[in-house]
Amino acid sequence: MIEQRDFGRRCLTWLNYFLITCFALICAYPMIHVLAASFSDPIQLIRHRGLLFWPDGYSIKGYATVFNNPNIGIGYLNTLFYVFVGTALNIVLTSLGAYALARTGWPFRKLFVFLFVFTMYFSVGIIPVFMQVKALGLLDSRWAILLPTAVNTWNLIVMRTAFAGVPQELQESAYLDGASDFRILCQIYIPVCKATMAVILLFYAVEHWNAWFTSMIYLQDTSKYPLQMFVRDILLYDAAGGTTEDANAIYLKELTKYAVIIVAVVPILCVYPFVQKFFVKGIMLGSVKG
Amino acid sequence: MTSLTTAKPATRAGTLWKSMVKHRYIYFMLIPVVAYYLIFHYATMYYSVIAFMDYKPMKGIEGSKFVGFKHFTDFLTGVYAWRVIRNTLLLNLYQILFSFTGSIIFALMINQMMENKYKNLIQTVTYMPHFISVVVVCGLLTEFCESTSIFGDILALFGVERSNLLASPNNFRTIFVASDMWQHMGWGTIIYLATLSGVDPSLHEAATIDGAGRIQRIIHVNIPAILPVIVIQLIMRVGNMMVMGYEKIILLYSPAIYETSDVISSYVYRRGLMERDYSYGAAVGLFNSIINLTILIGANAFSRRVTETSLW
Repeated sequence: MIEQRDFGRRCLTWLNYFLITCFALICAYPMIHVLAASFSDPIQLIRHRGLLFWPDGYSIKGYATVFNNPNIGIGYLNTLFYVFVGTALNIVLTSLGAYALARTGWPFRKLFVFLFVFTMYFSVGIIPVFMQVKALGLLDSRWAILLPTAVNTWNLIVMRTAFAGVPQELQESAYLDGASDFRILCQIYIPVCKATMAVILLFYAVEHWNAWFTSMIYLQDTSKYPLQMFVRDILLYDAAGGTTEDANAIYLKELTKYAVIIVAVVPILCVYPFVQKFFVKGIMLGSVKG
Repeated sequence: MTSLTTAKPATRAGTLWKSMVKHRYIYFMLIPVVAYYLIFHYATMYYSVIAFMDYKPMKGIEGSKFVGFKHFTDFLTGVYAWRVIRNTLLLNLYQILFSFTGSIIFALMINQMMENKYKNLIQTVTYMPHFISVVVVCGLLTEFCESTSIFGDILALFGVERSNLLASPNNFRTIFVASDMWQHMGWGTIIYLATLSGVDPSLHEAATIDGAGRIQRIIHVNIPAILPVIVIQLIMRVGNMMVMGYEKIILLYSPAIYETSDVISSYVYRRGLMERDYSYGAAVGLFNSIINLTILIGANAFSRRVTETSLW
């Protein structure tokens, strides 16, 4: 009887591990495929059938084409600008707002909470926002990419919840020592909530890195385009390497697509594992009280 | 009560003012944040009035003609209303059925794993797709869906004839929801795993002593532990029933498959921004937001009554 139960339990454990591993493989496979394909020989790649775990043949022509494309450099620089300036703006505004909401006992606090939270549940849609950006004269300006997304309410609330967990005694004593609200925020709240700050920093940075839609509707000048816009043109509108009808060019085009995906994805995938250990803590805080 | 408030208005206003002065730095710190919300959320609501007008950019809002609910009736009686509403609701429903429940099941499965490097690796790998941009995901999908590409190879094993999968309206929902699961199912587990890690171990011990097997402990200990979180997540998910992001849709669809892929937001984008029919787009967008808010309030009220868990 007991043996039978043990056997059943072990089977269950194995089945569990097996299914989880299968899903993880499915998650990882596309990137492995793309990485292997990007280093493959263009002609062998076209003829390749089935799964791909290792480059078929070897060439770096794809990467050569990508790096010779001036747009990629422009896109990279613009994206870096949006990521750094945008994230800095996000973090400053979000921590100011989160600090105010985390403090209690000041008049009209509830009103401000409502003002912020209501926007999570009711958005007017893209047309009015577009018209507002236009009315502010931000069309075709880099600010049109940064300002409309300056605060993400969800992140604001996650950070507020983290700040609210800071021990009261810490700020009381800081007050008695004559510290201002701003100093309390910078020297107590932010250092104590390092984990949450790291996660939110990553969220904002990833959002900026991956953004493309706002550039498409607000920007006309392609020299301000972020990387994702050029990646989109190459991947979905076949904008890679000229319009030659030459077969080799077509093969190379395929290879270029894989190379450009790697170029666009690697920076994020390199940074994210370092922040991963904070995820559970950072997100948990937001879920405790919405 | 009234006499009380009228009797000492000065003192009450006085204490309020004093309290505000005492906390003045908090207000100073809020200025930029409030400015952001006023400019980019509340002021934009003003532009929704064009939904009731025949807005011409040259004439401005003041000069444009007021047409009442014309655009709303145009939309609702038009041939595309049912198509875009149906697609929006169906895609959301499938996402709830597959991605949302998938995350819960997957979280319960991961929670059964031993705490070691392998579990860590699994988490790293399954969260990863969440960070890949929509553009790259859609690029990958179009690449993999081509007739000679990998999905074609796999389907060919089962004797399915090769074709460009994205060109047929029948496949769109499957592709959309499956790729959504691939991208977000692992990520969605975090919130449940965090809650599960807080479950008191003595509950499990007590259940084991009472002779509960593993499955029984999942049903009687783990699921009740995450239930409030599930309810909150579900209210928010249902509250977004009428919201379907346009980004992925407009990168994947083509006129040939509008039948199953065109949703409200992509329709608004196409009519409102691409064809510059601002008033019509704003009307459809406003209609969408109001329905959505109504569903959310309803879901929240329902949940408060039934499960005693609610957003507010």
